[in-house]
Amino acid sequence: MAAVAESKGRGSALVMALYLLFLMLPIYWLLTMSLKTNQEILGVFSLWPQNPTLDNYRTILTDPSWYMGYVNSLIYVVMNTVISITVALPAAYAFSRYRFMGDKHLFFWLLTNRMAPPAVFALPFFQLYSSIGLFDTHIAVALAHCLFNVPLAVWILEGFMSGVPREIDETAYVDGYSFPRFFIRIFMPLIASGIGVAAFFCFMFSWVELLLSRTLTSVNAKPIAATMTRTVSASGLDWGVLAAAGMLTIIPGALVIWFVRNYIAKGFALGRV
Amino acid sequence: MDKPVNNRAWLLVLPVLILVAFSAVLPLMTVVNYSVQDTFGGNQFFWAGLEWFEETLSSDRVRAALGRQIMFSAIILAIEIPLGIFIALNMPKRGFWASFCLVLMALPLLIPWNVVGTIWQVFGRVDIGLLGHTLKAMGIDYNYVNDAVDAWITIVVMDVWHWTSLVALLCYAGLQSIPDAYYQAARIDQASRWKVFRYIELPKMQGVLLIAVLLRFMDSFMIYTEPFVVTGGGPGNATTFLSIDLVKMAVGQFDLGPAAAFSLIYFLVILLVSFVFYTAMTKEGETL
Repeated sequence: MAAVAESKGRGSALVMALYLLFLMLPIYWLLTMSLKTNQEILGVFSLWPQNPTLDNYRTILTDPSWYMGYVNSLIYVVMNTVISITVALPAAYAFSRYRFMGDKHLFFWLLTNRMAPPAVFALPFFQLYSSIGLFDTHIAVALAHCLFNVPLAVWILEGFMSGVPREIDETAYVDGYSFPRFFIRIFMPLIASGIGVAAFFCFMFSWVELLLSRTLTSVNAKPIAATMTRTVSASGLDWGVLAAAGMLTIIPGALVIWFVRNYIAKGFALGRV
Repeated sequence: MDKPVNNRAWLLVLPVLILVAFSAVLPLMTVVNYSVQDTFGGNQFFWAGLEWFEETLSSDRVRAALGRQIMFSAIILAIEIPLGIFIALNMPKRGFWASFCLVLMALPLLIPWNVVGTIWQVFGRVDIGLLGHTLKAMGIDYNYVNDAVDAWITIVVMDVWHWTSLVALLCYAGLQSIPDAYYQAARIDQASRWKVFRYIELPKMQGVLLIAVLLRFMDSFMIYTEPFVVTGGGPGNATTFLSIDLVKMAVGQFDLGPAAAFSLIYFLVILLVSFVFYTAMTKEGETL
């Protein structure tokens, strides 16, 4: 039996090693490019940088038109995460604890917004936010991203909340807790990991989205992803800087993953396992 | 699970309702409005009825894009779902290596989509990309800029690279929930590896697999940024999927009427398929 388990272990390790290699190779290539000069990128083909240089990163971190892109992205992503979680918490509680008129239809209707192609919404969003004077602000992008993040947050939180026995609510009410006090003092700590996972997902989908954030911004709230596309076309393909900018967009994601690594698996199942 | 009926729960849902009404219903109404009107410029609109819908439905260009889109989603699901299950089965169950794999696998999911496009655009280039250069050195004629088949392969491989981890992580979560006792029982019965998979692991993964299929279908059907960055919809129209076509029409040519009609049809198709998945999913949840 042990021998069988061991042989399976070795085969699995090989499969995983190959898969992780496949995942990491393109990222590695971006990393090496970000450490090369343009002459080296275009001139010699080498698997690793011959003369590693940090010039590309220096260009980005000293030029406000570059690094403000990161700041803008982070501002609207954090705003979106806070808004999404705040409104999703009570709604998820309602869905997980009560039946009410039209609850099932409402729940599916919310999910349909997650299914809406951003391409469909790009133009109407542009007109809507322009007409109310929010064009090119962080809050506009944050609100636009609520379109797909709020339904997702409700969905995930509802899954986690359904795992908490209802007796806890009832005991708290018997003990004289009011609803807001019970919710904040007792219930939220119980589903802390669920809130973390939902926040992770909101962060993730808001961070990676480009179509809407690019449509809704021009200068003041321009996300880093959009800065990349424009600078590339204008300055005649500065590959090194492009690669460095790409590497820097990976870092926030990597940090967030590290913090939630123990909840990732459960979170990806939307709390439903 | 019998939940108490309480219509005051609506109050708790109200904030979400207002927010989503603002960010979804309002814009959608604009789209509906455009889809039934025509304009000669300025702000002069007049009623066009269902003209745009008829035009969209009979347009060869849209039909071709829809065909490509369906083919793309089908290929993506056919590759990513089995591969994701396979990877999940091979992941370490616990300990340092499990965390290690989780973190590395989740990494592609958190890269902004146009950076994913950029990574593969560079990676596949014949002159400076590792993949393109290696293939060329091996004597394979590969060029995603000019060759439609190569462009397709590049985009499919890119999507597999980008999203297979999501399927794998979902299945992994499903597998984690299987108690050891099930495996012990199977061992006592001397069940084969295949039987363990077929009668223990697969049924337990059913729920998460449906989520995986649903998410992958929706997202692959709306794919825009990645192929746009890599190929720009080319060569020719070979990789022009629905979203790319739509954005070209709405923002590029500013054909609001046809674009709006197109949007609504597009949305309805996704909605319909997702509804089928969702119904299957909740049905399955009730029988458990």
